[in-house]
Order: sequence, then C-alpha cells, then structure tokens
Amino acid sequence: MSQSVLTNDGIHVTQPPDDTTSILRIRNVSKVFGHGSDATVALQDVSLDVAAGEFLSIVGASGCGKSTLLNIIAGLDEPTSGTIDVDVNVAFMFQEATLLPWLTAQQNVELALKLRGMAKRARRDRAAELLETVRLAGWGDKRPHELSGGMRQRVALARCLAQDARIVLMDEPLGALDAMTRDHLHDEIEGLTESQGLTVIFVTHNMREAIRLGDRVVLMGSLPGRIVYEEDIPLTHPRVMDSPDVATRAASLTARLKGQGHTHVG
Amino acid sequence: MSADIGLTPNVEITAEARPGAGFVLKAWAWIWPKALAILLVLSVWQVVVWSGWRPTYVLPSPAETLQTLWQMLGTERFWSALQTTLLRAVMGFALALVIGTAIGVLVARITPLRLAVGSLITGLQTMPSIAWFPFAILLFGLNEQAILFVVVLGAAPSIANGVISGIDNIPPSFMRLGHVLGAGTVSLYRNIALPAAMPGYVAGLTQGWAFAWRSLMAGELLVIIAEKPSLGASLEFARQFSKAPLLLATMLVILILGMLVDGLFSSFARRMRGRRGLTVT
Repeated sequence: MSQSVLTNDGIHVTQPPDDTTSILRIRNVSKVFGHGSDATVALQDVSLDVAAGEFLSIVGASGCGKSTLLNIIAGLDEPTSGTIDVDVNVAFMFQEATLLPWLTAQQNVELALKLRGMAKRARRDRAAELLETVRLAGWGDKRPHELSGGMRQRVALARCLAQDARIVLMDEPLGALDAMTRDHLHDEIEGLTESQGLTVIFVTHNMREAIRLGDRVVLMGSLPGRIVYEEDIPLTHPRVMDSPDVATRAASLTARLKGQGHTHVG
Repeated sequence: MSADIGLTPNVEITAEARPGAGFVLKAWAWIWPKALAILLVLSVWQVVVWSGWRPTYVLPSPAETLQTLWQMLGTERFWSALQTTLLRAVMGFALALVIGTAIGVLVARITPLRLAVGSLITGLQTMPSIAWFPFAILLFGLNEQAILFVVVLGAAPSIANGVISGIDNIPPSFMRLGHVLGAGTVSLYRNIALPAAMPGYVAGLTQGWAFAWRSLMAGELLVIIAEKPSLGASLEFARQFSKAPLLLATMLVILILGMLVDGLFSSFARRMRGRRGLTVT
C-alpha cells in the first residue's frame, strides 16, 4: 500500500507504490472542456496509483472533477493530456441505479453477462447466483419500479459483479438513500469487495462515509479540479460511521479541505 | 441484514389465484364503463328523436338504426365494403409505418437533416389530410393510389415524430451504461436504445393510426370507385338516397372500428408503461 510522507512545505503526499502492485496508474491527467476563453479546467495534473484490492475514497466539493476522473478511468471520456494505465476490466456504479425499466432485476443483471457474450442458459444461472450474492434471491422477477432504492442499488451492484471487473468505480452510489439503508449497503459493499477481491474507487461528498469505507482518502479541490491531499486510514474494521474515531478524522480532513477554500462539503 | 427496513415491495394481490373468477371480474370491469357510455348515448339520441326536432326520415330512432345495422350485417355488400376499407387501412398504415419510421430515424440521427426537415414534419402533421385530396386526385386519378397517398401522408408524420421524440427521450445515462457494459453500436441499439425509445414510438403509432383512419374516411367519401363498395362510399350513397338509418348504421360501424383499433394500441401502450412503472394504476 501507499505511504504518506511529510514534505518540506508541510503537505502530505503519497509516494506512488511501485508499479508491480498497482492495478491502475494515472499520470499527470488533465481535462479541459471548451476552447479559448470559455475553457474550463476540470482536472489539472492528476496523478494517482491504486493498488490491487485497495478501497480508495475520493472526496471533494461538487465541481471538483470527481465524476470526470471516473469517466476517464472508465473510458467514457478522453483526457486532454496525461495517461491512464489500467489493465483490467472496469465496472461503474452510478448515483442512480440506472436499471433498465423494461427489464426485470434478473434480466438487468443478465444484460451485463449477455454483452460479455455469455450463453443464454449460463447467464440465467449466473445472474440468479449474483442476485443471491447481494441478498436479493427471489426478487429476480421484480421490475426496477417495484424495488426500493436500496434494492435497486444492490441490483446495480450485482450487475457490476456480472461484468467480472477487477475495478469498480462508484460515483456517489448511496447519495440518494436514507441513512439506515446506506449503513446496510456500506456493510454489503465492504463484505463483497473483500470476498471478491475487488479494487474500488468510491467517490462521495460525505467525509465520514469516505473514512468508513476507505483504506485511503483522497481530497480533491475544485476550480481547477486537482488532488490536494491524501491520507491512509489505518482504523480497524468494522468501522462505524458515527464512531468518535471516524468523526475526529472527518473533522480534521474536512478542515483541511476547507483550507483549500472550499466550504460546501458535507 | 437482508430484511432491510423500508424495503417491502408492492406485493400485488390480484385475483390471479382463481383464474376463472379473475377473468370474469376483469371482463366485467372492462365492459361496464363502455356499456354505460353506450346506454347514455342511446338515451340522449332517443330523447332528441322523441322531442320531434327533426322528422324521423332524417333522424331515425336508435331502435330503427340498430335494426338496420343488424340487416346490414347480413348483406354481402357490407362485408365486401368492410373488407375493402380495412384492407386500405392496413396497407396505408403499414406503408406509413415503414416510411415514417425510416424518416424518423434518419431525422433523429442526422443533425442537418433535423434542422431542415424537423419543422416540416410537424407542419405536415397539422395539415388537414383532406386538403391533399384534390392534388392527389389530379396526380393519380380517382383510384386506390390517390387514397393510399393521402392515408400515408396523414399517418407518416405522426409516426416519424413518435420515433424522433422516442429517441430524444432516451435517458443519456442508459447510453452511458451501455458503453460501460461494453456494448458495441449494434447491440447498444438493439438492447438499450430501441427499447428505451418504445414509449414515444408507440404514442406516435397510436396517433398515426387515428390520422390514417380519418384520412381514409375522407378519401372514401371523395374518391368513389365504381363497383368497389367501401364504408365511406356507403355513407355517401346512403346520403344521396336519403337512407338515414343506413347512414347512421354505417357511422356506428366506423366509430366502433376506430375505437377497437385505438383500444388495442392504448392497451398495449398502457401495459408497456405499467411494466416500466410509468403509470400508477
């Protein structure tokens, strides 16, 4: 895993781990939208290494380019400059579950398998298995609108697993859920990524959530979007979002982010 | 953990446990509003006849009309007229479907074409199709082609607009999802774009059918082909020979046919929307 060191100007920077252990390498990535005087720098010189099996939380105010960064990692968008080096499949979990409303829960999971070229019978069995993994056995015949928000996100999680990706990008996937459901899903996501050996990049604007889940937290500042600080979270698992440990760290990290001139962080 | 709080689904308790009883109940629920509507219309009609507002040889009573309708159903001429009309409707609509869909897809996908043709399609949609007939008759003469031409012109713009709005309303997140799942262009369209565009398309088809049916009736009144009975031509003959009961009976047939087909379209659309959770039933 990465290592934090204090540089002479008092800022923590993480030493990139050596390339053999990292599964994703981002080098000097910048993204500019628009041209000339209208140009907006969404990302400026972002470099990040993610180790296999790491759970990385990214926190930042809206407009800090978190989503742009995920889009670039997922290949949905091209960086203006810099390189992305990822040699495994990447799955994406959106803020909205983005289930297709004309398909049942089971068929939504099957679609991911179908697009990977899996045969019909095999995908039926596999999808049922994955729904069981996210504790939705018996709910496969339901359509998205018949499921609660939490269940929909679990179907989306099953679909991510169906992609057989080693890296899962999560863009504020629990932002729209109530606190209780969100806590359940924290346990779920933690358990699954552990058991499936997944690498996760989890974007959120909730500092405590980032600390609750992350092995490492990266803070991003906005205008232009850039990495301003990162810190390893050595707290033992299981963590509780409202525990003093998490709260203390959240307060200090939030203060650090505010020090960058950004106040609207939850 | 699996018993999440607030995750109870809407369990549907339907009459499906007893299929026989369920069917009767469903059929009854479907029939009674329509039966009530018919009863209401017949009573108003009867009251107007009783009032003596118009003599019965121009405004016959419901009883007389229904009797005429019954007799009409026994004539070979009626069935031949019905067949001609339905064949024209099906052919016209099918042709409009192909042309409208093709134009809709092209216009939705190609921006310069959309700028050029988009407003023209809406313009065509507002043009009363009967206004096309003099031109169609000049072009083709008093024949089937003239009717078909106007039916297609009436229905195709609605269908094209349905395609365009269907494609425009595909949530961008679905397309992003498709890319994330690694779909190629063809499979992206087949698995995601096409089904996502269906509600708009079906709405366009429903409207297209209504326009096709109207255009066809206008056409059959204006373009009467000798030795080729049709529902529209029957109306015109009934008027010329002052056969009011026959005129009204034919109108009833036209109304019922239009409603039946529209009912098919809207029940399909309703079921599709229901499956997608777009309607509260």
